[in-house]
Parts: sequence; C-alpha cells; structure tokens
Amino acid sequence: MFILLGMPIVQIIIFGFALTNEVKNAKIAVLDNSKDEASLSLISQIDASRYFELEKNLHSYTEIETEFRRGKIKLALVIPQHFAEDIQHLHKTQVQLIADASDPNVANTLTNYAASVIMDYQKRITNDKKLPYTIDTELRMLYNPQLKGAYNFVPGVMAMVLLLVCTMMTAITIVKEKEMGTMEVMLVSPMKPQMIVLAKAVPYLVLSAVNIASILLLSVFVLEVPINGSLVLLVFESILFTLVSLSLGLLISSGAESQQTAMFISLIALFLPTIMLSGFMFPIENMPLPLRVISNIVPAKWYYSIVKSVMIKGTGLYVIWKETLILFGMMIFFLTLAIKKFKIRLA
Amino acid sequence: MANDKVITADKLTKRFGDFVAVDRISFEVNKGEIFGFLGANGAGKTTAMRMLCGLSMPTSGEASVAGFDVYKENEKIKKNIGYMSQKFSLYDDLTVKENMRFYGGIYGMSNKFIKEKTAFILEYLHLQSEADKLVKSLPLGWKQKLAFSVAIFHEPGIVFLDEPTGGVDPVTRREFWNMIYNASDTGITIFVTTHYMDEAEYCNRVSIMVDGRIDALDTPAALKKTYEAASMDEVFLKLARKAKRSAD
Repeated sequence: MFILLGMPIVQIIIFGFALTNEVKNAKIAVLDNSKDEASLSLISQIDASRYFELEKNLHSYTEIETEFRRGKIKLALVIPQHFAEDIQHLHKTQVQLIADASDPNVANTLTNYAASVIMDYQKRITNDKKLPYTIDTELRMLYNPQLKGAYNFVPGVMAMVLLLVCTMMTAITIVKEKEMGTMEVMLVSPMKPQMIVLAKAVPYLVLSAVNIASILLLSVFVLEVPINGSLVLLVFESILFTLVSLSLGLLISSGAESQQTAMFISLIALFLPTIMLSGFMFPIENMPLPLRVISNIVPAKWYYSIVKSVMIKGTGLYVIWKETLILFGMMIFFLTLAIKKFKIRLA
Repeated sequence: MANDKVITADKLTKRFGDFVAVDRISFEVNKGEIFGFLGANGAGKTTAMRMLCGLSMPTSGEASVAGFDVYKENEKIKKNIGYMSQKFSLYDDLTVKENMRFYGGIYGMSNKFIKEKTAFILEYLHLQSEADKLVKSLPLGWKQKLAFSVAIFHEPGIVFLDEPTGGVDPVTRREFWNMIYNASDTGITIFVTTHYMDEAEYCNRVSIMVDGRIDALDTPAALKKTYEAASMDEVFLKLARKAKRSAD
C-alpha cells in the first residue's frame, strides 16, 4: 500500500528535480599558455558561469591527460600563447576545448556551454571596436572521438546485467527452495548451510562470467568499443561486482519469504536505483545533495565508473583503487549480514 | 538401559520473545519405537521437532538425539536422522531417480550404494515405470511415499516425520503407515507428528501437547483408560479443550 501510494510521488520528485541532463558546475581545468589580461578575463568569465567550476590550473599538456584519467575533470580549456596579442593585432585567435567523451551526452552539452561562454566573451570585447574579434574553438573529444553512445551504455549494461542475473536470480532460487520446503530438508542434512548457499551462488557466478564475456566480445567486435585498459583488471572488477551482487541476492533471500517478494525487492531496491543513480542515464554531479549521497550506496555506481575508467579511458588500478575498495567493503558487509540473518533464521 | 533411549528431552524450552512456544517438555523415545507427537495447530509440535533436528536452538533445557547433544553436536545429529517436512519436500522438476541421487549425494552416500538403494526403493514402491518421470507428474500419495523413502534413504537411526499424511486419502494413509511399520521393523525409530487421531492408535506411544506443554504421554491404550475415553479422538478432545492458545 505504501509502495502504491508512495512510488509515484517519489518518482515524480526524482525525475522532476533530480534527473536532468542539464549539467551544472562541471569541473573544468585550464591550461593557460598565455597568462595575460585577456586569457585571465576569459577564464574568470568561464569560472563565473553557473555551468562550470574551475578545478585546476594546469601547466602542461601531459597534465590534461592525467586529470582526465583520474576523472577529476570533464572539460579542459587550452589557451594558446600570445592570446591577448593575437586578439589585439590579428583580431583572431583560437582556443582548444577537450572534453571527456566517455559520456558523450555530457561532453556534447559541456562543449556547447563552453563555446557559448566564449562567444559571449568575444562579443563583450568586440563591443566598441570596428573590426570584430574572432575566437575560434577547436573541439577534441577525448576517448570517444565519434561520440558513440555505445561507450556510455556498454558499462551501464554490464552493471545492469550482472546485477539482474546475480542478485535477482540468486534471491529467487533460494526463496523458491524455501517455498517448496526443500531448503528445510537440506538444512536438516549434514551439509553445512554455508555450502548450500555457496552451491546456490556458483551457477550464477559462472553464468555471469559467460555474460561478461559475451558483452565484451560484442562491444569490441560489433560496436567497436575498445578495451583500452587491462582486460585482466576489467575481469577482476567484474567478478568483484558479481560477488557484491550475489551477496545482495543472498541478503534479499534471507529476508524474503516468497518468490514475488524477492523479485519485488530486487526490482524496486536495485533495478531502479541502478538505472537512475549509477550515473549511467543521468549524470550524478547534477543531482541534489540527498540523491548524490544515496547514489553512493548503489554498488552499480562504483562499478560503472570502474568499467568506464578501465575500458574507455584505459586507466589502471592506481586510479580506481578507491572504487574497488568500496565494492570490496560492500561485498563483505552484505555477505556478513546475509550469513548472520541466515543463522538467525536457524536459531 | 540408557542405550535404548535414542531421544531424550529434559525441560526443553523454546521462547520467541515473550511467547513460549515449547514449555519445558520432557520425554524419552526408545529405539525402534513409533512415537506419536500429537497436538493441535500451534501447540508447539513443529517447533519441538525442529529443535530435535538441529534446525532450531533451544532456549533452555537439555536434549539429546542418537546420543548427541542438540546444542553442541547438531552436525552429528544431522548425519543420523532423516527428516520429512510437512511441506512436500522433493524437487518437482527433477525425476524420481534424480531426486534419490541428489539426496543420496547430500548425505555423502557412494554411487554404488545410491544405485542399489534406488533400485530397491523403486521396486518396493512399484515405481520402476515412473523412475524417469518428473516428480511433479506423480499423484500426491506417491510423492509422499517417495518422500518417506528418500528421508530414510541413507538408513538413519531415527526419522522425523512432520505431518506426513496431510491431505492424502485414507487408503494411501494406510499404505503409508505400512511403510512406517516396515521401517520400524528394521530398527529405525519413528518420531511422527500428526493430526489424525486414528493414526495415533498406530503408534507405540503418544504424547499430546497442549499450549507448548506435554499434557499426556503413554501408550494409546493406557491413555484411553486414564481419560475414560473410547477412542484417541476423545482423549485428544478432552485435553485440547483446556488449551488457552488459539490455533493459528
């Protein structure tokens, strides 16, 4: 009843306020090779706009790459040397915008915003001059030059499939045994409860391994999404996420009494947040604080960002160790809780 | 003789919060006996049975099954008992043979043993022609007989039957009890809960639980004499009327 009445309210609020494709306060880094009056004034104008937030001043090209890999920034602006002079004398100059296109939608939006801020700046300085100044913007889409949507959804789909297969199916099969009474018979047998649970989880682990393999093969050979990072790391992280999902499934199964309940909990508590709060559909940065906080407990959020980093950006463990650790912590947490609840049921 | 007592319970108690499901029950079951465990719904039969099977930890009191303590040695108990729950507990989507192989495997039986035992049971139940059919296609009575055979597949010393004959017709029930007698003749101790008072007459001894306590325990004949009743049904009604707890 609560769900029937509460769901529409929650959803309209979430969709209405929180989930927008509009980007606010995106982190931007600037490589200012000129450091003159004009470049500083352009930078401050960008920083002043509500779309951007100046994260860092960079000093070299290589730094840009590092910052992107770390996932700290979404956009970088490169101002050439002699920026002010060129404007003054040649009436023409060029800046470069580099966007993190592993999320093509956000990259597109951001470069458009930035271009319009630069246009504004250009108008302002042209104001009382006879000859118009022109500032050309050159775009570079990092990681995904063709802005393919697949770069975004492959990691998202991986997160979703693993979650669905592992969590929902584990929960449902265990609850099914409870419903049928076979679970009780197994518990009376000399088999250790841990073994029963393990035996239930292993098939889905194998199944997910096959799923991961087929998704990766398809995305590499059909969708032409590259695996830029280490395949071993990607597989390791996927297995870790699978284990998190399995433990979640076990936890749900220890609480649910019927298959319908198990399915319902899996869908409401996992599927929806995974779609909405993992960053896969809607950028998390733009959500209101409460939702951003909630998004932190969605395991898929961490996995999604890991897959994106490893697969698209080609980063190594040194960048994603935090995410990995969080997933690991979640696994331990859910598993202990599940086993504890399982034991309580026995006592 | 101490060795002949395969199940002993001494002031065995189970509380769920304030609710005392099983209230200091004490009894002993002899080897090879058919022990009827009667009581109305909600009287605490299933809870008591679950404690003896190692599925549930007692709150207080002592109990031992097959010579093993229910607190410390429930893994050993599990090896020595068979169990048939009131829910029908075979895998519907496996065949008759597969079910037997599965349960044999769980109890760590050898392949050879499983093969021989399966053949024996199929013959005993006249199920040879159904061996490769899915269990769900069998009539309920057959399923229950099969479930009982599976419960004693690993030849345990004691078998716990939780309302094994719920929902089956009198003829099948009669056949089922014949199976119980046969098993009992081979020395297996039978611990059975039931609703049917005519079945209580088949037991060597019965205990009747009311509100979590055992109010009566004796042979059916002695109970009828004590309560001046013509049948076990009357004995039960006389006792059950005193119950304060409503059936749930």
